[in-house]
Amino acid sequence: MRPPFASPLLRDAVLVAGIAGVLAFPFVGLLLTTQGTAPTLSARFPEFAGAVVLIFFGRLGISAARRGHILFPIVLGVVMATVGAFSLLFETTGMAADSAAPWHAFVPGTFLATVASAGGVAIAVVAGRNHLLRDSVPVARKPLPMKQLLLWTGVALAGVAIVLPLLPAVDRRLIDVATLVLTYVMLGWGLNIVVGLAGLLDLGYVAFYAVGAYSYALLSVTFGWSFWVCLPLAGALAALFGILLGFPVLRLRGDYLAIVTLGFGEMIRIILLNWYDFTNGPDGISNIGRPSFFGFQFAAKPAEGTESFHTLFGIAYDPVHRLIFLYYLILALALLTNAFTLRIRRLPVGRAWEALREDEIACRSLGVNPRNTKLSAFAIGAMFAGFAGSFFATRQGFVSPESFTFIESAILVAIVVLGGMGSQIGVAVAAIILVGLPEYFRELQEYRMLAFGMGMVLIMLWRPGGLLTHREPTIRTRSQPASA
Amino acid sequence: MTPLLKVSGVRTFYGAIEALRGVDIEVAEGEIVTLIGSNGAGKSTLLMTICGNPQARAGEIRFADRDITRFRTWDIVRLGIAQTPEGRRIFPRMTVLENLQMGAVANPDADFDDGVRRAFELFPVLGQRRNQSGGTLSGGEQQMLAIARALISRPKLLLLDEPSLGLAPRLARQIFAVLREINQSSGTTIFLVEQNAYHALRLCHRGYVLANGMVTLEGTGGELLENPAVQAAYLGGTGQ
Ligand SMILES: Nc1ncnc2c1ncn2[C@@H]1O[C@H](COP(=O)(O)OP(=O)(O)OP(=O)(O)O)[C@@H](O)[C@H]1O
Ligand SMILES: [Mg+2]
Repeated sequence: MRPPFASPLLRDAVLVAGIAGVLAFPFVGLLLTTQGTAPTLSARFPEFAGAVVLIFFGRLGISAARRGHILFPIVLGVVMATVGAFSLLFETTGMAADSAAPWHAFVPGTFLATVASAGGVAIAVVAGRNHLLRDSVPVARKPLPMKQLLLWTGVALAGVAIVLPLLPAVDRRLIDVATLVLTYVMLGWGLNIVVGLAGLLDLGYVAFYAVGAYSYALLSVTFGWSFWVCLPLAGALAALFGILLGFPVLRLRGDYLAIVTLGFGEMIRIILLNWYDFTNGPDGISNIGRPSFFGFQFAAKPAEGTESFHTLFGIAYDPVHRLIFLYYLILALALLTNAFTLRIRRLPVGRAWEALREDEIACRSLGVNPRNTKLSAFAIGAMFAGFAGSFFATRQGFVSPESFTFIESAILVAIVVLGGMGSQIGVAVAAIILVGLPEYFRELQEYRMLAFGMGMVLIMLWRPGGLLTHREPTIRTRSQPASA
Repeated sequence: MTPLLKVSGVRTFYGAIEALRGVDIEVAEGEIVTLIGSNGAGKSTLLMTICGNPQARAGEIRFADRDITRFRTWDIVRLGIAQTPEGRRIFPRMTVLENLQMGAVANPDADFDDGVRRAFELFPVLGQRRNQSGGTLSGGEQQMLAIARALISRPKLLLLDEPSLGLAPRLARQIFAVLREINQSSGTTIFLVEQNAYHALRLCHRGYVLANGMVTLEGTGGELLENPAVQAAYLGGTGQ
């Protein structure tokens, strides 16, 4: 029996189109252009309306097809495809120039026209297939294996990240933004160990980032040691700070821990600000050693008797080489963090972190030492922040307390929580959304933070548990026990 | 022979409240000993005190001829005492197998695969649900998981706090049968707290009655079952 065509479909489509309208308005409906020096906003009403109408019909068709309607979605799909195709034809052949064709108003732009025609065909095909399958016995569809899906998403993301700087369309600005995003991904993964796995709400994570950055800066400026020597030292110092700070506070729980760590984060920043003799106070430390390609500098004119990167490879000097090298450096550091986390989850200490987050009393009664276990999570998380900090210092060539304010900690906690508390891919996606996208809205200035806040609210509304809540078990099915 | 566990004159406080007021209990190797008592008598407190959380303020706890009164919980557990605390307390987001892995913390030398095989023999339903997360198990299954998890470390002494809590009568009987089986096949000593006094006293070799933080009665399971005071207070209408 075919369910009667019902108004829930309409209501659903209106709702979805409404949401799309709200979302599309700033992105599609407004166009920011620069005339002379003053940026001006202009409305793009046809595109905006076209997008919303398209989404309305598309949603109507999709849900009708899903509910087993046949005739209606086929007709709708065919109409959509036809309108889209015609519009595309006019658009590309230039006949649209006179704008006389009425359908042009409905499907403006090649992009929307393409979506309309492809979507229409898809809806019609799905509905048609439903018709053919109508009398066959329904087969339980296998749920998408989450593990596979996540694995391939991860591999795809890593693949994109690896080839990104080599793509021809990629410019300095994109590499810069990508490097920034990767720094946050790495920090997010580091904090994920503390917050996501061990369940310790640390609002002062930026302190360890600062310790790493200043350790690197001071070691490099004072002793002239190279990046590769200072990196492990900075990580070790940050871990040491993690233990020192963690020792007194880790007996606190939940809210109290959060407040105290917040205080510690600010304390570190204020010490950096006021200990003028050691840290140079608000002026910061400059002339920090830039990273070298295993001893070969990225310099246009290498110092007497040394070779630099471009002469080593016999290529022309290009400042972008250093940017690309920095990009790969942070990518490698981030992937190292990820590999470490994935591995340690399978080891007893990582498992104890997760168990401790779930139930501390049970952990005690099973022989887990909660203090040491929490300290280890805190220290290891801090160590990765230290690595990221030294990367930050070498990339900027300059550090000052201003870079380590509470807002950084807050953004990182947001990335971990919105990413799904413990999901590695979730953290990466959240970092891209929360850090990468706002970078592209730099022109909007203060409104950028508004976009950030709106992104957070939307994620909370739609995915209250975080983007990815799936938790991959660390141990898989063993063979059935050989029972008689 | 000295008992495996000897609790003498133990007093435990929560702040100013004295929850245990000089408790003496002995559990010999290979025994099943039951502790019954009304709500708030201090039964759970006694089990927790044996594990050092909270620590006794006075008295002595000896396990396997060692004074463990001042040991930390994790060190006590490593000596071979496993505990399933009150209220199951399995790890809800972790799978059955991962929960069992956590049981191995106290004794990393125990053969984990063998332990899992044994657990699934005792509780076949856990074997079917091995990759399911603990929080999605039924209450009874969670109770089984808590017991199985405690057994992974192959403890000498198993402390159980109300293993039949919230279980249907048939499932409760099944749990008691499994406890007897564990005790007989591997010689594990069991000290259990129960509200289900009738079944617990039938299962055990000896039993204690705790009231207001003090032991008021002790004897074999049979003796306590016959005792009019016990019948009046704890067996009113149960079973018989
Ligand atoms: N953490 C605590 N802080 C303060 N008082 C406590 C605490 N835990 C238990 N008590 C008190 O100690 C006494 C003994 O509690 P306990 O949990 O040992 O009782 P019980 O015999 O296990 O009872 P039930 O059968 O209800 O589980 C009670 O009066 C209780 O209120
Ligand atoms: Mg109790």
